[in-house]
Amino acid sequence: MSSALRQEVEQLEDIEIQLLLEGMFRYYGFDFRNYAPASIKRRILDSLREEGAETISAFQDKVLHDPSCLERFLNRLSVNVTAMFRDPTFYLTFRTKVVPLLRTYPFVRIWHAGCSTGEEVYSMAILLQEEGLYERCRIYATDISAEVLRTAKEGIFPLASMQEYTSNYQRAGGRHFFSDYYTAQYDNVIFDTTLKRNLIFSEHNLVTDSSFNEFHVILCRNVMIYFNKALQARVHDLIYESLTMFGVLGIGNKESLKFTPREHAYDELDSRDRLYRKVR
Amino acid sequence: MAPQIVVIGTSAGGLSALQVLLPGLGEKFPCPLAIAQHRGRDGGQGLREFMQKSCAMPIEEPEDKAPIEPGHVYLAPRDYHLLVERGHFALSTDAPVWYARPSINVLFESAADAYAELAIGVILSGASADGALGLSVIKARGGTTLVEEPATAAYPAMPKAALAATAVDRVLPLSEIAPFLKSICQAGARCV
Repeated sequence: MSSALRQEVEQLEDIEIQLLLEGMFRYYGFDFRNYAPASIKRRILDSLREEGAETISAFQDKVLHDPSCLERFLNRLSVNVTAMFRDPTFYLTFRTKVVPLLRTYPFVRIWHAGCSTGEEVYSMAILLQEEGLYERCRIYATDISAEVLRTAKEGIFPLASMQEYTSNYQRAGGRHFFSDYYTAQYDNVIFDTTLKRNLIFSEHNLVTDSSFNEFHVILCRNVMIYFNKALQARVHDLIYESLTMFGVLGIGNKESLKFTPREHAYDELDSRDRLYRKVR
Repeated sequence: MAPQIVVIGTSAGGLSALQVLLPGLGEKFPCPLAIAQHRGRDGGQGLREFMQKSCAMPIEEPEDKAPIEPGHVYLAPRDYHLLVERGHFALSTDAPVWYARPSINVLFESAADAYAELAIGVILSGASADGALGLSVIKARGGTTLVEEPATAAYPAMPKAALAATAVDRVLPLSEIAPFLKSICQAGARCV
């Protein structure tokens, strides 16, 4: 292929991506138009290969006419590959700096926004249980995709990941044997079902849905990295409106409040582990 | 137009290669550099600090949406993919690509998408084939491609894989890569 033609093909791909996302929004109401372009392009091209489509336009045809294809595509767009106790120091810092604040509340509502397949939700449930706080907590775990929520609700994860998770758990200040929390079955483990007693999983779209409650803690880690700056600003507004005064916000360790519209509404609780407290 | 970004991919043997390349660029290299160095999920905490000792330019692990600025060196943070968009970086926690996160291919392909012929890709020592595909995309989009001479590389597999994947513009011994980058970036001229 000559380099001039190759250039045209690339630009055509960008046009096709815009058309696909516009179609998804107008027909289904799923709005990915303000996702960060580089990573959504990778995910679209991966989906296209998986579906055996030759071009993005051919893939668009399948997405708009085949609901099962849409479901698989949504799933790929919303799976954030995560781990239990990802960034162990975040959980350690949460224990030392946030748990004491939560002890002062009779009842604690936590929103885990963009929970994907739930690894970090179960991590938080374990942490709160070990701190003796879980009885008074409700964790609302939401994601845009019904598919990832099904996995999250089951609480079944691959056995092969447990070595990594055990190491994370220990470094996160875990107080028991991590294996006390799960039962192995063939290649998977199922987490202690009593951990689910205060978890509420439901669909929520950060892009188009509004605030649905007032929370004492909101965790939204490594979710907004997939959004462009305009959409990040919108989600920061949504989080701000959903957080009670002196409520705590946790974001990913490479995310920042800098240059967001709510930058000055928060005090820093911990700079390394990106924990903030709403103060105005 | 002068090149707008240099992306560098390396794995095993990369740290010593970068300790030759980065000091060779001096403190006034006019183009931003982004490096994907394979690193363990847990380890490599002090990698940035270690590299900084031999580099006159500031080395940062960029936050999401951090602006891309000339005279800065950016190191992909551990356990994230580093992607280039026009004028700023983006991060992702998508699955590792060829067992790597950060992945060299992800960095290179996004740089090619964002900067096309204004991107320069460099593959140094490494023991995997990561980066070969990314470098071929940079080449296809009209960018400039450099590979460390396999004979001088501590681990030649990665340079060899890149050479097999695409007709690169230059194959250079490690010591000549920095002078070459300076010549094409400072002169604002294309190398081919």
